[in-house]
Amino acid sequence: MKRFTGFVLKEFRHIFRDRRSLFILFGMPVAQIMLFGFAITNEINNVDLAILDRSKDDTTKEIINKIAASEYFSIEQFLDSESEIAPVFRKGKVKAVLYFEPDFGKKLIQPGRAKIQVVTDATDPNVASTVSNYIASILQSYQQETRRVVEPEYQVVSEVRMLYNPELKSVYMFVPGVMTVILMLVSAMMTSISITREKEQGTMEILLVSPLKPLQVILGKVFPYVFLSITNAVVIVVLSIFVFGVPVNGSLFLLALESILFIVTSLALGILISTISATQQTAMMVSLMGLMLPVILLSGFIFPISSMPLPLQLISHIVPAKWFIVIVKGIMLKGVGFAYLWKETLILAGMTLFFIGLSAKKYKIRLE
Amino acid sequence: MSIQVHEIYKSYGQVNALDNISFEVKSGELFGLIGPDGAGKTTLFRILTTLLLPDRGNARVAGYDVVRDLNAIRRHVGYMPGRFSLYQDLTVEENLEFFATIFGTTIAENYDLIKDIYVQIEPFKDRRAGKLSGGMKQKLALSCALIHRPKVLFLDEPTTGVDPVSRKEFWEMLKRLQEKDITILVSTPYMDEAALCDQIALMQDGKILEIDTPEAIVRHYPKPIYKVGAHDMYLLIETLKAYPHRHSVYPFGEYVHYTDTRMDFDSGELQTFLEAHNLSEIHIEETAPTIEDTFMELAKP
Repeated sequence: MKRFTGFVLKEFRHIFRDRRSLFILFGMPVAQIMLFGFAITNEINNVDLAILDRSKDDTTKEIINKIAASEYFSIEQFLDSESEIAPVFRKGKVKAVLYFEPDFGKKLIQPGRAKIQVVTDATDPNVASTVSNYIASILQSYQQETRRVVEPEYQVVSEVRMLYNPELKSVYMFVPGVMTVILMLVSAMMTSISITREKEQGTMEILLVSPLKPLQVILGKVFPYVFLSITNAVVIVVLSIFVFGVPVNGSLFLLALESILFIVTSLALGILISTISATQQTAMMVSLMGLMLPVILLSGFIFPISSMPLPLQLISHIVPAKWFIVIVKGIMLKGVGFAYLWKETLILAGMTLFFIGLSAKKYKIRLE
Repeated sequence: MSIQVHEIYKSYGQVNALDNISFEVKSGELFGLIGPDGAGKTTLFRILTTLLLPDRGNARVAGYDVVRDLNAIRRHVGYMPGRFSLYQDLTVEENLEFFATIFGTTIAENYDLIKDIYVQIEPFKDRRAGKLSGGMKQKLALSCALIHRPKVLFLDEPTTGVDPVSRKEFWEMLKRLQEKDITILVSTPYMDEAALCDQIALMQDGKILEIDTPEAIVRHYPKPIYKVGAHDMYLLIETLKAYPHRHSVYPFGEYVHYTDTRMDFDSGELQTFLEAHNLSEIHIEETAPTIEDTFMELAKP
């Protein structure tokens, strides 16, 4: 036991003396959560519009005012002719142009149909489709308010309720994702680097020729990072509650336990990476390419898994992060308990055991 | 017997790193493995410290088999690899403390053993190991390898890259450790250090050329050896190599060591030959062979 604590003490000394690793450990989580929380978002705000109003009557004025009043759009300029539409897009000044046909107001009353053309800049398809949806819904609500249209006799009315995230805040989606990324990064990359550093600096040779058992070395390496990762998880949850107002609807205790399970999974992956890489460089590259990319792309963090092609969907099943994100979203946003998450938990636990077993098998008690 | 090596073979692909190596080291002996880089010294060390498995053959260290009794050996040997292998970001004291802890002992418990060495670096105990000079690094590494009072100490080229004064001090320390009944196996590419060992094995290309005491190895040198000097070293070597009766010609400090093929060598004849080739200030004198001469003779293809 004294051997073990001596080893852990040494590890903490390594971590706290290396500014780079300290930065990754504590700077990254805060930086990432801030970035994803504030800067990187799927919502649109203050999109610049141009208006080409060939009618200029009361109706079009009302519609324009309504659009201008919404926080989503700001009207950048008014155009005078159709020939100005193309240049204004090329300059990149606006994301969309609204084109009211001549005699808009009159046509709306008699024959009851008036047309608005929405032209959008689809170089960014997400923004383009969001913009057109928002405009469509503003127009629809305008119609309902004014009741100028006679409602047809039969009508399907869709009443939409957004559960768990009624305001569709993207930070709700990013917090579980960022938490997953950070825990993975800290646990897997940092442990694999710290183990390979011993190999690279030749100290592994001395550790091997010592009474320390391989298990003691590995546990000693891993222990500080369990501790630090838990600290990170707490920082992320606290930031997301108090800075971004993301709720934790479920049990904090369950969230803590599940996070520890995921930390252990990542550490096991880190150990596995260290057994196959000889240098810190390799360990870092393998961690980044082999872990970070799947975590970001294939875990459902940013891109929904259900809309991926089947082969990628299958691959996503073996990405541990996918299961953890389901768990975190379940606890934080849906507020569900273990009864709903036991399957994901079991899968994560199984993966962890598999990784530990594999790295134990691959761990070398000699140099070759 | 503290170390017994019996017909060890080890190859990396096509290269025979160790080719039928056998030797024995008595308890408390200072045994030197002498040979150039690539002779197989490090591979041999790694096999004896259980870091590598031999392809064939067996070896025992402190009575334990290097393949089967891995854990026992790891408790009882001290190992100092060729490359400085301590934690550069830990201080001198923290390094020593760490190695004491993982061997289940304390600095205080074995302080008497490392005292002579450690007092020299103790003034710098709060300095990070990475910031030490080469000589101090070696002293720290030796202290760390000794802190658990090993029965056998393996030192792989401990003085490579160390200044001459520190090298001398280092060997004096080894001599003192020997008195404390620690068996030491040390490797070095420096022939002058070989003379300080009790027994030496000359190694080249994975083979042991000869094993004996340094004195006996020198005594067995088969030929009279002459040191030759002249005003122009380069021209002298070239001219000697062109002399029809030359056996071997090696630069040795400010002289050239020369041996002749004939038993009735006449230095006057060589002098005339050299003078005829525009050499002046010629000096020819018989000299005692050194370990280096022996090595060169044995290593001659």
